Amino acid sequence: MDWAAFWLSMRLGVLTVAILLPIGVWLGRLLAYREFRGKEIVEGLVALPLVLPPTVFGYYLLVSFGATSPVGQLWQNVFGHQLAFTFEGLLVASIIFNLPFAIQPMQRAFEAIPDDVREAAQCCGLSPWQALLRVELPLAWPGILTALVLCFAHTLGEFGIVLMVGGSIPGETKTIAIAIYDRVQAFDDASAAKMSALLLAVSLIAITATFYFSRRIGRRLG
Amino acid sequence: MEGLKAILRQDGPIPLDTILECAPGELLALVGPSGSGKSTILRSIAGLYSPQEAEVTVNGKVWTSTAAGITVPAWRRPVGMVFQSYGLFPHLTAAGNVEAAMSHLEPTKRGRRAVELLALVNLKGLEHRKPAELSGGQQQRVAVARALARDPKVLLLDEPFSAVDKVTRGRLYRELACMRRQLDMPIVMVTHDLDEAIMLADRMCLVQRGKILQAGRPDEIMRRPASVEAARLVGQRNIFPGRIEAHAGDPARTIIDWRGRRLETPHLPQWPIGTDVSWLIPPGKAVLHRRGRASRGDAENPVTGTIENQIALGDIVIATVRLDGEETRLLTVHLPRHAAERNRLASGEHIGLSLIAEAIHVMPAPLLTDRRQ
Repeated sequence: MDWAAFWLSMRLGVLTVAILLPIGVWLGRLLAYREFRGKEIVEGLVALPLVLPPTVFGYYLLVSFGATSPVGQLWQNVFGHQLAFTFEGLLVASIIFNLPFAIQPMQRAFEAIPDDVREAAQCCGLSPWQALLRVELPLAWPGILTALVLCFAHTLGEFGIVLMVGGSIPGETKTIAIAIYDRVQAFDDASAAKMSALLLAVSLIAITATFYFSRRIGRRLG
Repeated sequence: MEGLKAILRQDGPIPLDTILECAPGELLALVGPSGSGKSTILRSIAGLYSPQEAEVTVNGKVWTSTAAGITVPAWRRPVGMVFQSYGLFPHLTAAGNVEAAMSHLEPTKRGRRAVELLALVNLKGLEHRKPAELSGGQQQRVAVARALARDPKVLLLDEPFSAVDKVTRGRLYRELACMRRQLDMPIVMVTHDLDEAIMLADRMCLVQRGKILQAGRPDEIMRRPASVEAARLVGQRNIFPGRIEAHAGDPARTIIDWRGRRLETPHLPQWPIGTDVSWLIPPGKAVLHRRGRASRGDAENPVTGTIENQIALGDIVIATVRLDGEETRLLTVHLPRHAAERNRLASGEHIGLSLIAEAIHVMPAPLLTDRRQ
């Protein structure tokens, strides 16, 4: 049982979700309510990780993180070390490949709020921030929660991109999914089985909890 | 200037060319067919829609002025708005919905005020219900209470009665009529229902394609539409062409030539002899001649024709009459059911009618471009 890998995965999942929450609310809301030129392109880019093979996606991320790329150089200049094969690099990759899982459910959740409810919020004198906090977020909450749990579970399970971008550096980029692969390669079936069971349990609990909470919230909203 | 004044203009996508005013305490109804732009007018006042050109002032304060580059955002305008499907916040109780519109009050005062307002709309005891636990009529009352919660300078009602059944609607009419006495702000109500406007409004604007065709007292507009277009909008069907032939007699009468028929109307000296006009007769203002027993009244604007079809609706019979010598024009008349039965009226029967002179209303002839209608 590789606890270091397990906690690394958890840390990665929590940070990914924490960073994607504001991004998803902002972008999901924007896509739900605004019409602008190139909206289809933005939606396409957001959905891209769903259809691109993880290795292809990982390859491009690796190239763009490299010390010769503008992004990689910028990172190097600001933080003094490279982005590829670090936990930060893994986190950035994780945020990007989770974009569709965060944004699409949130977009749907905001779209489901009737126009007149949002307009009524304005006519009640609620500022855009107050309307977001007191009307939109409470109503979109089940969708937002679903999005966050999906992202978390997906982060724990992602393999291809993590391997491409992070390598398999223990304590830095070796996540539980990679540790399982590692153990299988080493014929350590017992450890692989334990870790697989743990991942299965965490994922199942997370997904079930989403269904449970979204139904309860749904009932509360009537 | 006290009250609301709005000037709205744009070519598209929703054409608007509107000037309207509403005094404090006045209830102004915007009436028109769906798609006429009446809701857009309301939304422009609320700041939910921005026409190309707009000037909206309330009690002298500028809410919108495209000329001066001023647009106060909707949430900073003290308006109360009741939406067609209410737009209640489903996650909040009735009281919560009302309190949500009280950001201008101190938090400690909101609860009591919400209870007061809900009592005003007869929802005492239902403060803690969620919208989903309320009937349609109760939801509408919450929406009204919430609109008033902001202490609005203008109250806007967008088809507020269209989503409830008829019995509830009747009760809500009475409640609004009663509550209005306590309200001193301009009230603008959008409706497609003329009867609603007649019952509730002090003044009414007929709206078509974003333009106000006529403004005035509802009963006045119903009786005396200013144009053929307005007449059609208020549901008048018996609209015919004619020409002013003479002003004669003592007391003076005006004679209209209607394709060879002579019609007498009250004296209308404002129409010069020879003017082409349109005129209308309300369907209830044609009197059936009794068969085989002529009376003196029969001499008043007599016409004859054949009943094309007739249908009984409660106490009246609606008959469509093809007038003798007319190919296409039909006259619709509402006859008392007992009169229709006594005279054994049926499709194909030949009848005589008198058009009551006092009820004939003369309007300008439509412009050539409008004739296709």
